[in-house]
Amino acid sequence: MSREIKSSVPEDSEVILGILNDSKKTLEGIYKAYFPMVLQLVVTNNGSEDDAKDIFQESVIVLYDKVKAGNFELNSKLKTFLYSVCRRLWLKRLNIKSRSSGNIADFEGIEAVEQDLEYHEEKDRQFKQMDEALGHLGEPCRTIIEEFYINNKSMQEICEAFGYTNADNAKNQKYKCLQRLKKLFFQV
Amino acid sequence: MELTERIEAYLNGEMSGAELEAFESLRATNPALDQQIVAHQAFITTLTNYGKKKKLMSDMNAIHETLDVQSIKADVIPASTLVRMLWNKYRVNAAVAASVAILAVFTSLLLTGYFSHNATKSDMNLLRRQVSRELGEVKKDQKEILRNMEAPVNPGIFGGTGFALTANGYVVTNSHVIKGADSIYIQNGKGDSYKVNVVYDDPAFDLAILKINDADFETFGSIPYSIRKAQSDVSENVFTVGFPKDDHVLGKGYLSSASGYKGDTTEYQVDITVNNGNSGGPLLDNRGNVIGVIKGKQSLADGTGFAVKSKYILAAVDSLQNTSDAQIVLNKKNQLAGLSSADQYKKLKNYVFMVKVY
Repeated sequence: MSREIKSSVPEDSEVILGILNDSKKTLEGIYKAYFPMVLQLVVTNNGSEDDAKDIFQESVIVLYDKVKAGNFELNSKLKTFLYSVCRRLWLKRLNIKSRSSGNIADFEGIEAVEQDLEYHEEKDRQFKQMDEALGHLGEPCRTIIEEFYINNKSMQEICEAFGYTNADNAKNQKYKCLQRLKKLFFQV
Repeated sequence: MELTERIEAYLNGEMSGAELEAFESLRATNPALDQQIVAHQAFITTLTNYGKKKKLMSDMNAIHETLDVQSIKADVIPASTLVRMLWNKYRVNAAVAASVAILAVFTSLLLTGYFSHNATKSDMNLLRRQVSRELGEVKKDQKEILRNMEAPVNPGIFGGTGFALTANGYVVTNSHVIKGADSIYIQNGKGDSYKVNVVYDDPAFDLAILKINDADFETFGSIPYSIRKAQSDVSENVFTVGFPKDDHVLGKGYLSSASGYKGDTTEYQVDITVNNGNSGGPLLDNRGNVIGVIKGKQSLADGTGFAVKSKYILAAVDSLQNTSDAQIVLNKKNQLAGLSSADQYKKLKNYVFMVKVY
């Protein structure tokens, strides 16, 4: 019952390199090459298109984490890895919805990805914790923290953008914000 | 605050020379500081990871926006799978809904009394007569049979009325009178009995035509009445002759409606006294035209007899002639017009028969 999915598939080694270089083109390549496969899997097994999108994006994040942590070995095809992750994630979600009979219609070969997913779950927990902490932080703290630590802006730029009279005041503000964020993060 | 700044500077590699050395030696001797540095580093990593993931997600969403999901879907999922998928997804809901619907239907039917017999029973009585026989009579018959095996067995069960259609032995009655018949006889007022065959039977209009099949029969003689083709008017005086008992009985009344039971336009409603056994009797107007065939009455209302309109007799004759070689020559000349009611009855009764169904 499986239909051959026709789309240009980028070379796996190129993809790894692209991920390490944060290449947008690579991301687009991955998305276009492998999303149809995941859509097929999820929609055939009682899911919607939005479910497929969520599952697929999560699997890409797992892939990125793994590659960037430097422990992605090309002992299986990238396609198999993504498919296995999605399958695992979707089974789990079906169990939560308790709509599953435990069977799932398969389209590709699979491999063991439990370890990767455990690691991913830990990271996901941290991500959600951070998201919540930042949400509670409030402005202008949130923007200052994001600009400095995530977008790598210099203190001087932030100082100008927020209209602080001197960099020391800005630093002071940033320090207070970071303390509050830490408190919020470990509270949740 | 200063400490945090120094830790950051240290972690970012912005320290140099003596300052770096001093800080590192401080870290080596001070486990609390070391712990603080590690914790800070981990926290900042979490924060930057958060940022990276956020960016990756927004990048992916942007890519997703450019995709035509529907066309991809149509591409990877064959239509039949789509149907099966929907079925898999909703079959439980469908089963529950169907059960509820069935339950609701039967509950409401039960509650509204659909299943109780009285509600569905028609209050239209068909006027065929069940010939009741005394137990003693039967016993007597049985004795006679035992004494004389050649005596005619006569276990008549149902009876009605019929009237002559033509001189050569065609007789009209109701379809329901002869329903389920094994054999049928007609009997005139003098007690002469002839065997008949059914040559036409139309339960839809409740009409049947019988043909005498008996060597003793010659002819009825010329029929004194004609069959009216046109519709009769309401309020016209009408009469009928039938066999609600084992002898001719005259009933008189008037045409009360141009439609019959539950508005059936193939019937007239007649205000006339009719009883079981009158079925199949001719309904005549006072000029002697047959305008219908008595078929029934409403059980819960007075004076509501029903008669099949005479034009359906003519239609039955037509269709009989079309489908067989039956020779039916209908009488056109009416000999009853202008006679007194008593004379009309005297002439008519010779052409009205008891129909006995075994």
